[in-house]
Amino acid sequence: MKVSLSWLNDYVNIKMAAPDLAEALTMVGLEIESVTERYRYLDTVFVGRIETIEPHPNADKLKLCRVDTGQGKISVVCGAPNAEIGMLSPIALPGTEFPEGFVLEQSVIRGQTSKGMLCSEGELGLGEDRSGIMQLDPKLSVGDPLASALELTDTVFEIEITPNRPDCLSVIGVAREIAAIQKDRLTYPDFKLNDPQDRISQQTSIKIEAPDHCPRYAARLLEDIQIKPSPFWIQERLLSVGLRPINNIVDVTNFVLMETGQPLHAFDFDRLSQNRIVVRTAGKGETFITLDEKERVLDAEMLMICDGEKAVAIGGVMGGLNSEIENDTTRVLLESAYFNPVSIRRTAKKLGLGTDAAYRFERGVDPGGTIAAANRAAKLMAEISGAKIIDGLIDEYPLQQSVKSLKLSTKKTNRLLGTRLQRKQIESLLKSIEFKIEQNSTEKKGDTLVVTPPSFRVDISRPEDLMEEVVRLYGYNNIPTTFPQMPATGRLSTKEIHLRNQARLLMNGFGFREAVNYSFAHHQSGDHLQLDTADPRRQLVNILNPLTEDQATMRSSLVPGLLQTMHYNFTQRIKNLQIFEIGKIFIGKDPQQLPQETEMLAGLWTGTRYDDSWHGQDTPCDFYDIKGVAERFLKALHIDDIQFRRLPEKECRYTRPGYSAQIFHNQSRLGLVGQIHPQVLMNFDLEQAAFLFELNFDKLIPLLKDTTVSRSIPKFPAIFRDITIIVNKTLEAQEIINSALTPSSELVEDVSLLRVFEGTPIAPGQKSVSLRITYRSLQKTLEDDDVTPIHQSIANRLVQTFNAGLPA
Amino acid sequence: MDNSIDQIYQKALQELKAATDRQAVEDIRVRYLGRKGAVTRFLRNISDLPADQRPVAGKQANQCKKLLEKACKEAAENLETVEEPAVAGIDVSLPGRPAPSGSLHPITQINQRICDIFTQMGFDIAEGPEVELDYYNFEALNFPKDHPARDMQDTFFVSDDIVLRTHTSPLQIRTMEKQQPPVRIIMPGKVYRCDSDLTHTPMFHQVEGLLVDENVSFGDLKGTLTAFVHQMFDEQTSLRFRPGFFPFTEPSAEVDILCVMCRGKGCRVCSQTGWLEILGSGMVHPALYENVGYDADRYTGFAFGMGVDRIAMLKFGIDDIRKFFENDIRFLSQF
Repeated sequence: MKVSLSWLNDYVNIKMAAPDLAEALTMVGLEIESVTERYRYLDTVFVGRIETIEPHPNADKLKLCRVDTGQGKISVVCGAPNAEIGMLSPIALPGTEFPEGFVLEQSVIRGQTSKGMLCSEGELGLGEDRSGIMQLDPKLSVGDPLASALELTDTVFEIEITPNRPDCLSVIGVAREIAAIQKDRLTYPDFKLNDPQDRISQQTSIKIEAPDHCPRYAARLLEDIQIKPSPFWIQERLLSVGLRPINNIVDVTNFVLMETGQPLHAFDFDRLSQNRIVVRTAGKGETFITLDEKERVLDAEMLMICDGEKAVAIGGVMGGLNSEIENDTTRVLLESAYFNPVSIRRTAKKLGLGTDAAYRFERGVDPGGTIAAANRAAKLMAEISGAKIIDGLIDEYPLQQSVKSLKLSTKKTNRLLGTRLQRKQIESLLKSIEFKIEQNSTEKKGDTLVVTPPSFRVDISRPEDLMEEVVRLYGYNNIPTTFPQMPATGRLSTKEIHLRNQARLLMNGFGFREAVNYSFAHHQSGDHLQLDTADPRRQLVNILNPLTEDQATMRSSLVPGLLQTMHYNFTQRIKNLQIFEIGKIFIGKDPQQLPQETEMLAGLWTGTRYDDSWHGQDTPCDFYDIKGVAERFLKALHIDDIQFRRLPEKECRYTRPGYSAQIFHNQSRLGLVGQIHPQVLMNFDLEQAAFLFELNFDKLIPLLKDTTVSRSIPKFPAIFRDITIIVNKTLEAQEIINSALTPSSELVEDVSLLRVFEGTPIAPGQKSVSLRITYRSLQKTLEDDDVTPIHQSIANRLVQTFNAGLPA
Repeated sequence: MDNSIDQIYQKALQELKAATDRQAVEDIRVRYLGRKGAVTRFLRNISDLPADQRPVAGKQANQCKKLLEKACKEAAENLETVEEPAVAGIDVSLPGRPAPSGSLHPITQINQRICDIFTQMGFDIAEGPEVELDYYNFEALNFPKDHPARDMQDTFFVSDDIVLRTHTSPLQIRTMEKQQPPVRIIMPGKVYRCDSDLTHTPMFHQVEGLLVDENVSFGDLKGTLTAFVHQMFDEQTSLRFRPGFFPFTEPSAEVDILCVMCRGKGCRVCSQTGWLEILGSGMVHPALYENVGYDADRYTGFAFGMGVDRIAMLKFGIDDIRKFFENDIRFLSQF
């Protein structure tokens, strides 16, 4: 909200310099977002002197003036009747933004270039006169900036008012805070209006049919109004806070709104059927044209202000076109009401109408300020429009809004705040913002204060709220800094956190960089991954109000994010990537329930294994690179007995058939490793082969061991023997290894795969596989004779089992 | 015999002196000290001597062996330093074979640092769902439905009752529902708001803290956060507490730190104010205790929350928050 210091000064004598005041307000909870000089728009307006005047060759009413701006002489087209040679007048240069919104540009008017503009008071927002250009004191110096020449200065604060402080959505509200800061008194305007008799009831009536939505509705009536522009002092106040003057009646409602925070509405009384007001909720599907000339569809929860026949305003939100103030309006019904905040908020939200009035009503206006605002506005209208106030006030108040007294304990206040405030200090701080302390209470000097907040403080409902008032005025920075007692309980982090941290370090060590992608996914991400229709990852968690289509659901896989990362880097011409991500995926089984959230690790490798360098040529990475990472990762976590099993095509369609494996531990599927399916790459606008592994943390966690038991280091040396067999090409190496490991002797310690070879001299459809078998005894150093028969029997078994040949 | 071992020793020394390369030294060593070397043979033959001579001869021979070993070693070392030609060897300026080089995301690094500081103070880490019930995200945190306070957080909705959590605060309620005080937790995690520009992304990261116990005061909140800021930035980074508004704390405080860029002089990063708003905090609102069944007369507590991304931007001098989620390798590899 904007407030100007000049306006604030009407209610409190500001003694502080603007920067100090801004700081002080910020420190009591009214954060000053910006401090601006109000007359900045005059920066390009100077004191100019008219040097010559010639008739405009193409227009009778226009003149060509030569104006000395101090920096030079420019020609200006001017239509003012009062322009005279030698006269000093404000000259605006191109770029000037006038208070009414118009931005001056160099222009050609009827064939003549105008390089500036001689301005009237009205145009500059400095007065009412628009009849001619502004005549300046001849003693001023030509070329001086107008603002300094006229000593115009005012500061405007833009204040961020938190939702709990609707009382500060007004100049008086802010002035009250300043008065408290300066330990001064606030000067209120005169809100009293005497009504010698009740004449209003004979002319109109108010009927509230929906008291839940409208607990209070007050009205005043004015006649003999003459609609015209407001006097300058009102216009000037409105301009100072960024509002445009419209006419005297509307300006007064806006002025009082800004001054007191109470929204008001003025109806053209003669356009109200049967000259009366009925406050009711709308019929479902009813339509209504608001002041902005838009048709609104209403529902049964929306509060309408109606006359004897029809709706004339959406209560508390916006008036209707059918009853707005026109130039010929002579009688006005002035509304000042207290509407239910929730009702107004729902209506404003549904209609997408965030008006100044709705903003205040939904935060809560002062239910005790209804009459004061109506009186103030009626008096101002009478004063500036020649109107007569019809004696009397209608105040329908079916649902009394009560103010509750609260008990505040000094001890508890100090306990919560960590302060040592005296009861007296608390009292005086609360009194400074118009809270009342019950003085006839029995425990006047005791621990407990009985406090009644003022009616405009709708946010105060608990003792803690009072404590906040006390401490914000006392100063947060005056609270002594202490430390909580923290007993040494020392707990280990959870397995989830431990695994995540370990996984990050391992992937780091394997040369992968951590990526963090948005948890969102395209609503077609299931199609992009070619997921089976029955795949649970098709059960997306949809966002009702997404920012973009590709962020319309929560991700059910980390893969699309990694492929997007790959794509982003490709567009940056970075084609070698080793990246990983750890994050949650979301499976939404039932839209009415929270989805299942599973933490996953995924790694992606594309491009080279090594970059081209003097160490060797670049080699593209392949399946076995990424598999190696997955193997080493699981080994580092001491998860043994891992099997990689060929992934059936129907199980996963985003990896390339025949180039993918599932990772198993017993019957538990931990994840997969494989090459990304070429079609999936294309779906992400990619081509270069990429390799992936995925691990499900939920499956890993039960496999993690708290400790590892050490084994003794063998005392005796091992003997290594190799064996080569020629087998069918399709035979999986793991089968051969398993067979070799089948217990034939306790001396076989390990079987490793040395070499796999296809091609000449091996027959087509065949491959040669070389294994190295490690033999070791725990009791002695083995001799050749101990090993040879075992090795021979293993060789025989392999030949027999796999119908294998031996190398020539 | 005396002469004999001494002669062997002297001869060996002479030969060593004459040796011109390491191989020659090695040959000498083998000739004298090897398995069939002169000294070894001498030692082996000591048992042939009369018994009374044996100890002296043995002692001499062993001493001779030690001295010769040392002499051989020295001779080899001397030859090595003297003889190695200056131009030989390898080009040490060639780049080494690249070891794998990974990196942790900058947000991860800052998040871990924040968590480290608080866990060392004695806080435990709590985690929870990112898709959250309206009840935990708002209602139980004292944001009633249709309250303007909800406008403070632009919310992604999954249904009327389910939202993407807009802050990590729901874990305050989830944790308090499960245990009685004392509660000392921090809650790191991803949060979501529907907002996107230079300083906002629809997903970002928070760390929330909660401490509920007997006699916890606002002063304790100030102390805890001061200690945190001094660890996270440095001791010169002063703090400023000022009133703010969060429905789940009362009183509430915004916490500003002295601008880490200009040290309070005023710059672009702090919008010329000299201060940076990095934390929201306050004393736990009694409504929360009512919602979780705590004795509000007995316990008090504080809560605080901070944006990890914002702190990472300050720490690393990053001006556009969106860079965190583009995952440009040239960006990631800087951290």
